[in-house]
Amino acid sequence: MSSGGMSLSRLPEISARRRRTDKVMRASLLVGTVIALIPLVLIIYYLIYKGLGTWNKNFFTTDPNGNFFGNHGGIRSAIVGTLEIVCLATLIAVPAGIGVAVWLTEYGKQSWFASLVRYFVDVMTGVPSIVFGLFIYIVLVISHTGGSGFAAWKGALAVTLLMLPIVIRSAEVVLLLVPNNLREAALALGAPRWRVITRVVLPTSLSGLITGSLLAVARGMGETAPLLFTVSTAFVLTGNLNTQMNTLPVQIYNDIKSPEPSIVARAWGAALTLVALVLILNVIARLIARRSRLG
Amino acid sequence: MEASATTVRGDRSVLERSPLGRLPDRLLKWGLTALAVLILLLIAYFFIRLIGESTTSINTFGLSFLFRNDWDASRNIYHGAALVIGTLVTSGIALMIGVPVAVAAALFLTELCPRRARPALGMLVDLLAAVPSVVYGLWGVFVLGPKLEPVERWFANTFSFIPWIGGGASAITPGNYFIAGLILAIMILPIVSAISREVIATVPSENKEAALALGATRWEMIRMAVLPYARPGITGGAMLGLGRAIGETIAVVLVIGDAPTLGHHIFSQGYTLASVIANEFGEAANVKIHASALFEAGLVLFILTLIINVIARWFVNRGARSMRAARGGSAAPGGDVMVAAQAAGVGGAE
Repeated sequence: MSSGGMSLSRLPEISARRRRTDKVMRASLLVGTVIALIPLVLIIYYLIYKGLGTWNKNFFTTDPNGNFFGNHGGIRSAIVGTLEIVCLATLIAVPAGIGVAVWLTEYGKQSWFASLVRYFVDVMTGVPSIVFGLFIYIVLVISHTGGSGFAAWKGALAVTLLMLPIVIRSAEVVLLLVPNNLREAALALGAPRWRVITRVVLPTSLSGLITGSLLAVARGMGETAPLLFTVSTAFVLTGNLNTQMNTLPVQIYNDIKSPEPSIVARAWGAALTLVALVLILNVIARLIARRSRLG
Repeated sequence: MEASATTVRGDRSVLERSPLGRLPDRLLKWGLTALAVLILLLIAYFFIRLIGESTTSINTFGLSFLFRNDWDASRNIYHGAALVIGTLVTSGIALMIGVPVAVAAALFLTELCPRRARPALGMLVDLLAAVPSVVYGLWGVFVLGPKLEPVERWFANTFSFIPWIGGGASAITPGNYFIAGLILAIMILPIVSAISREVIATVPSENKEAALALGATRWEMIRMAVLPYARPGITGGAMLGLGRAIGETIAVVLVIGDAPTLGHHIFSQGYTLASVIANEFGEAANVKIHASALFEAGLVLFILTLIINVIARWFVNRGARSMRAARGGSAAPGGDVMVAAQAAGVGGAE
């Protein structure tokens, strides 16, 4: 372009000082990003470094036995307990959460009451999980509802409270992405509202709904505080949801506080297991999101 | 047209659904409405019960629960100023370290990073939110704490003249406010960064291009076109991070040292509102006044996080609104920035 009479090169040069500021600031933003990524790398490195060594057949097939000396046992009951509680919480939170989200997008829309619900759901996402644990403790554990104090199903309810706002808000986002043309076309063909919802809206947004739900499950799986107040802990494997139960987060929490190094080593192994489960759920959720037809 | 419609029994057009046919529709509508109402009522009920369980403590200690420093389970005196201050100090440290890093990462990822690397890098930052807080605690106790101790020692010695920061190496305890704040900084990074990224992404590209066309460098473009627009949203994101930091329990209880005293500087042990509940809950179960004091700590925590969240949402929504106005009123699909961040999997704190 230099041949042009009114060439752009006539513009004043950027001064050295401005150039330097630009370089320095760009570099510091890069440094900030690197700093932000360091903790993740370090945590995963130490989890593998300290946790992988504890993984063996025995670790996954025996229950902790409470022995301080000798063989401490593995984490079987903790894994199974976490899965039981999270499954129960998912069975309640996902249908209820998607239900509320459907109500918000299909019926409530911009009404004052829908805005109120939306607002409180948002506020719920900011409530510390320990407070949810206290809620359930006060309402269900002190009163010995169901005949026992601490119980797995009560923990599942606390986790449900925690998952609900995440499911509702993520589901609402994907439901809003369903084009209105689709709804109108179905209604024009004479489909009743409920069939429009079950046959058009929900299937169209299915992958997005699964993504949001999986992320909520991953969130609920790692929570410790609500379980401390509602499920407490146990050693043995149990399928009875009305008793105390062992879970991965609570076992890790208890093992950390042990003065015995080999019990602390079990905490690392259990933490690696927990993080692996949570990360797998996250990655699956994101892969599904990427294949989604919407957004 | 009304004449042509054939009617069946009950004076209803054939085109209309029978009352029975309309039933599922009504059931679904009212069932879902009831569900939404139920969730609101449940939260209200829980809140009232929490106040109810706290009354013993509220009546006994009154306002000195918050403002006097004397927490002693053996004498059943629960004045929790040390807990409130511990909560504020650790969250303050978390914001001071976490927010600049999170915003820098957000700016880099939205404005400077090569387009192809963005999703992967963004996902890596988001994954920090997926690490359970007990794992942060484990890492903090056995890796970060011991590794940082020499640094803290050096820092406390070198800057011992600054009040609250350096008290001399002798006063350093393995669990302390600073480590707790640092762990919290890492834990709030993903949410602050995710919301900042969403907000920055909504800055109109016309403004950025205009700045560049006028000869601004990249950084000047960020400073003059991006940051002024994104400031309310970033402030809101930081406040949401603050809410997270205040409510975080398990990671903090493991690294703060758990002493119900007021530390004299940032390297001394302490307590927070959330961590005291987790730690003393077992022994308190049979002492009514102790349990009630812990419930009151939970109540304070709940109200504190509610207020912070309300303010944060106001900031974020104000930012989103002004952005929409700047775009000529066309609402962005999905509208709410918060929602997008939550959909990114950055929800909940422990």
